[in-house]
Amino acid sequence: MPARPKKTSKSRTARRPAPRAERTVTPVSKGRKVYMVTGGVTKFAKAHPSMDFRLMVKRAYDYALKGIPNLTSDRIDGTRISYFSDHFTRQLKAASMVQDYLGMNPKGSVRIEWGGATGGECFQAAYEAVASGRMDVCLGAGFETMSRVATWKGNEFIALASDTNFDFPLGGFYTGYYALMVVRHIYEYLRLGKFADVKDEREAQRLAIAEGCRIMSMVSVKNHMNALHNPYAQYPKRLTVNDVLNSEMISYPLTREQICTMSDGAAVVVLCDEARAKEFTDKPVRVIGVGTGTDTMRLADRPFGKVPLMPNEKARDYEDLPYPGVHSFRAGRAAGREAYKMAGITRPNSELDFIELHDAYASSEIQTYEDLGLCRYGEGYGFVERGDPFLKGIDYGFPTSRAGEIPVNPSGGLIACGHPVGATGLMQGVFAFWQLQGTIAKHFGDPALQLPNARRGAIHSHAGTGSAVTVSVLERGFK
Amino acid sequence: MRARPPTFTKFREVQAELEKNGAALFRDAEGVESLIIHYPYTINYIHSYAEDSPFFLGLAEGRLRGSKCRRPKCGFVYATPRSHCMVCGAPTEWIDLPTSGRTHSWTTCHFGSEAFLKETPYNLALVEFEGVGSLLLVRLKEAVESDLYVGMPVEARFDPNPKYSMTDIWFVPKK
Repeated sequence: MPARPKKTSKSRTARRPAPRAERTVTPVSKGRKVYMVTGGVTKFAKAHPSMDFRLMVKRAYDYALKGIPNLTSDRIDGTRISYFSDHFTRQLKAASMVQDYLGMNPKGSVRIEWGGATGGECFQAAYEAVASGRMDVCLGAGFETMSRVATWKGNEFIALASDTNFDFPLGGFYTGYYALMVVRHIYEYLRLGKFADVKDEREAQRLAIAEGCRIMSMVSVKNHMNALHNPYAQYPKRLTVNDVLNSEMISYPLTREQICTMSDGAAVVVLCDEARAKEFTDKPVRVIGVGTGTDTMRLADRPFGKVPLMPNEKARDYEDLPYPGVHSFRAGRAAGREAYKMAGITRPNSELDFIELHDAYASSEIQTYEDLGLCRYGEGYGFVERGDPFLKGIDYGFPTSRAGEIPVNPSGGLIACGHPVGATGLMQGVFAFWQLQGTIAKHFGDPALQLPNARRGAIHSHAGTGSAVTVSVLERGFK
Repeated sequence: MRARPPTFTKFREVQAELEKNGAALFRDAEGVESLIIHYPYTINYIHSYAEDSPFFLGLAEGRLRGSKCRRPKCGFVYATPRSHCMVCGAPTEWIDLPTSGRTHSWTTCHFGSEAFLKETPYNLALVEFEGVGSLLLVRLKEAVESDLYVGMPVEARFDPNPKYSMTDIWFVPKK
């Protein structure tokens, strides 16, 4: 059992005066200590027709190894390789072709796939290879090549990750599924909350949806504008709330700018044990918590039970809340609870410095704040309005009084960076790694997104309608 | 021998050329040229509904069937059927569901998968039934976006020409 950490709060810069809270419980040790020592990402783009998946991964891999002279390919014991859809590649066992392109044969590997959470699962598979002692150095590599079909065919491929007997034949459309979820989320927390006193039911629901959409649009503005400083992002742009609201309606009430797009891209991480980490870099980042959760494939099967509580919540907070229903992601809550327990985190919003969160939809970012205990269930909209997940020092065009409290998606997230599924969760790992190393300026060529003295962050990867979620907590592994 | 296909620097133009002639060259910002072709892929799966079969046969007879856990102490009732109980693992039995319920949530899809684009806009609804523990995802017809709300009473309609698909049933606002 590791000793309870005895760290003192360091004073913050003027930009970020509130000190991060220290962890108050003992982390739960699971296997060997695992560190991330490097990573690489290709720019995410609508299409990379000059690179197939092998070359994309190779580019990200070369970038990762470039900075560490001692880390040559012979030091890597094996790989974990992720991509989501064989339909997109139309090349089964594509991971084998990555393995040989990187010159990794005859080392061991396995392909990882878990829907939208594929990249996050790959990160944790690499973690497990090292934590278990099976490998000292493991490469996690992921990619997706979604440009190979037209956008609406791509949506069809993605929707094949919903029940093909009961759900797909009705219109097979993931944006539609998330719209069903947010309409209920708005009903539970805005109709029955802020608009509880409006007598006419339909009027109350329309007002609640309008309010929910306005606040969701603030999330979209945040992520697109953060990405203005991230050269890897696919869609950095300056937007207003009205731009988001007035963009094309895709599935009511979700508009185009509230939804991530399809992308081509690749990302890699290198994880290793403590001895190797110290040899490779003076700025390692330790993976201090991993968690996963699942829920039913069909939204229709989600139960109406009790909320699994975070350490800082009470059962009486949620006496009348049927959970998760279709309004929340029980898998996200399960993954968060497991990862926090392992990392010794009891107050995530004060003990984490930032989160790279799977915002496939602006709505699911808000739902996930609650799942991850950044605020209570029902407080997600207020959390945005108060400004907690925004970055300090960026003018978003509206007040964000508590900006910097816990920045969410400082990189721009999926909405602005893109979502090449098998790479996405690893991209989050790379951005979080650079953030904790304090090397954002070096890798982005722009210091704007570097959080001052970021010590601990989480990455969150999420599969269709919350059918699977991973959360990994990373902490700076150097003084 | 075949002449080199035309070169484009915009990916959209490549797609248009592929529709016409099946091959194109793409030149990226560094001047690298990539040959791009159409690569078709169609298949008819031999798809068994297996243990879900009675549900789809039921739709074709104008019956909406759910399932109920056989274990008396559990007795969970599912609107979307499953042959074994997710709560306790016991086998379930087929039951007739009510043909009217309320919308638990809803949306109007203005886009969709390629296969369904021509049907847009269409409404999806998760329907809740009195005394039933889970929901059913359906199309909701005879209503437009501005008519819809959570808690709306709805009732089932069955396709007189069933195709053994979830689209053999849809719901409409209750008259």
